[in-house]
Amino acid sequence: MVNKSKPGALLIKGGHVIDPAAKINAPMDVLLRDGRVAEIALPNKTRGGADEKFDARGLIVAPGFIDLHVHLREPGQGYKETIATGTAAAAAGGFTSVCTMPNTAPVVDTEEWVTWLRHPERGAVVNVFPIAAATRSSRGATLTDFAALQRAGAVAVTDDGKPILDDEIMRAALRLGAELNLPVVQHAEDTRLTETCSMHEGPTSFRLGLRGMPAAAEASVVDRDVTLAQQIREARLHVAHLSTSDALKAVRRGKRAKARVTCEVTPHHFTLLDENVGEYDTNFKMNPPLRSAADREAIVVALADGTVDAIATDHAPHATHEKQVEFERASFGITGLETALALAITQLHGKGKIPLTRIVELFTAGPARVFDLHGRGSLARGNFADVTIFDPKKRWTFEAAKSRSLSHNTPFDGWQFTGKIVATIVGGKIVYRA
Amino acid sequence: MMHRLHSYAINKPVRGSLLGIEHMEANEILGLLKLARRMNPLKARPLLRNKRVVLLFYEASTRTRSSFEIAAKSLGAITTLVQSSGSSIEKGESLLDTGYTLRAVGADAIVIRHPAAGAPLLMAKHLDIPVINAGDGMHEHPSQALLDAFTILKHKKSFKGLHIAIIGDIFHSRVTRSNCHLLARFGAKITLCGPPEFVPEVSATLVPGLRITRHVEEALRGADVIMLLRLQKERLAGQKIRLQDYIARYQMTVGRLRLAKRDAIVMHPGPIIRGLELTAEVADGAQSVIIDEVHNGVPTRMAILARALGKAK
Repeated sequence: MVNKSKPGALLIKGGHVIDPAAKINAPMDVLLRDGRVAEIALPNKTRGGADEKFDARGLIVAPGFIDLHVHLREPGQGYKETIATGTAAAAAGGFTSVCTMPNTAPVVDTEEWVTWLRHPERGAVVNVFPIAAATRSSRGATLTDFAALQRAGAVAVTDDGKPILDDEIMRAALRLGAELNLPVVQHAEDTRLTETCSMHEGPTSFRLGLRGMPAAAEASVVDRDVTLAQQIREARLHVAHLSTSDALKAVRRGKRAKARVTCEVTPHHFTLLDENVGEYDTNFKMNPPLRSAADREAIVVALADGTVDAIATDHAPHATHEKQVEFERASFGITGLETALALAITQLHGKGKIPLTRIVELFTAGPARVFDLHGRGSLARGNFADVTIFDPKKRWTFEAAKSRSLSHNTPFDGWQFTGKIVATIVGGKIVYRA
Repeated sequence: MMHRLHSYAINKPVRGSLLGIEHMEANEILGLLKLARRMNPLKARPLLRNKRVVLLFYEASTRTRSSFEIAAKSLGAITTLVQSSGSSIEKGESLLDTGYTLRAVGADAIVIRHPAAGAPLLMAKHLDIPVINAGDGMHEHPSQALLDAFTILKHKKSFKGLHIAIIGDIFHSRVTRSNCHLLARFGAKITLCGPPEFVPEVSATLVPGLRITRHVEEALRGADVIMLLRLQKERLAGQKIRLQDYIARYQMTVGRLRLAKRDAIVMHPGPIIRGLELTAEVADGAQSVIIDEVHNGVPTRMAILARALGKAK
């Protein structure tokens, strides 16, 4: 869906391949041809010829990264981001596939809009997998036509930005999803407890005089959803942007019971705390909000021990005029595509001592499994030629002003990182090169 | 863990701005209190002659607005009142655009009251004139804390070791947040008292040494200063509080007041609701300094404005 012209063969030479799905963690060369992985072999042992060579000495060669949660803002909100600018930012962040959220204007609740999102005219430079609305206009009342949406290319359904609170609607969504083998993605937030709230409930919200969202508002919904997923045979529940220790407990309970429950965590939730809101910095305002130190610690443990399936950015661009306002009025959300890997390496590998192989898994095999993205998330022969090449030791400083995203609402402007994307290859074609 | 090199193209508030007590230095606070003691609205020099002070009020106010206005005028300033109703704010003008507009018409300082916490800081970061917080949401009300401190020092020698009981709707109270920052800084011992809906456990984290009790008797025993608060029904956001229960357990009555020290003073930032958080007998009693607080608001705000506009000598 991305490449107009067929690329020639590309040989990635001299790199160190980390492909957790294929259990590879060794120096290997990778030959890409006709949009697929043609060969993966020990150094200098590939047999096929190449039109182009990529010198990957000193670099990690990984399957293309997959982001399960991005807001590309089209249709309707092109002033925040477009599919073209958002996927350019994705490429710069090493993502070869992004799953787009349906809370646009209008909401992506029909097959026509799903088809529209995937159309080449949108100018995507990485693969775009639409997630469609679970209920009409995401109003939480009437289910959309899951089967038609799935046929059009939707990889999951969600009302992201809003939770599906009604027990019966959630049960019906999980049932229908089970029939179609389609995951239902939940934005877990009991909005009855979070109305007019703009950050996490704790000492910082009290000090700033802001109403706080209690951690229980997330955990109670995850708990209910896991229970429903356990009751419905083959139901697939995916918990979006999980942020609290108690919600993790519910996910663990579901996984132990062999329910098909998965979850994702954002880089900002494993990096920042509620106190980093400081003096009303709206670039630290998102939903779910930054949580307590105990929550963050629990998340880092769960990233390491396998409870968390994927790192997802929840890339949520907003225009300056939507952020340069009173904190309580500011839009929720921050950009995240270009800082995800750097945060994972700096925070999780550097400080948290999580092995690089596990970090790569959280960007590749993990998310590919969550939404069944066949042929992606691994460099096995015959798979799509989506490759992410990065330097795990490179030190650099992120500058928001140089972001490819149309919006610059990031809390990480000026941060010094270790670990940088060097090249991003989609369908055998280099779409980003540092 | 924060390693930002440069922030998001935002300026520091101009010197003389008064945004909150929390980040003020002790000597700045003492300096303002000293200056306030020298201010007399009836015998003031026109320190602010030809200065234009805009009073920008997004919320209702009687005391704060009128005393800032009288303070400014006593010092010779010109004042203009802009309220959310009847201005372009109603048409959807943003806070910053309102600030730029007022600056462009010649404001030398802006006194702002706003329902959103942090609104004065946002304005101060984008304007090159002093911004004075006249109350922002549930965050801070620094001029009230200063006039309360001024009032306390008229009756007590110093803050050190004073037992202060703050009773009522702490959660919604910007006055309490400012008062706690100020009084704790100078060594007062503060007890917060009220039901959990109004005094959540997290309140104790605001400043070191805060104590919480659910029993008004415990809060009052040995108190030197009693600060009462109105129940802020407009900020309750759906919470249901049974007023009769509150009155029964927490209302300040003449009987309860006897538990405090004999020379204890009763304070209230106003507006007071007689028969609810206090009885008329307490409000009008010999220990009440509630009207005195209002009175002290004028010299305190004269000092704040004089400092803001650089005429504090």
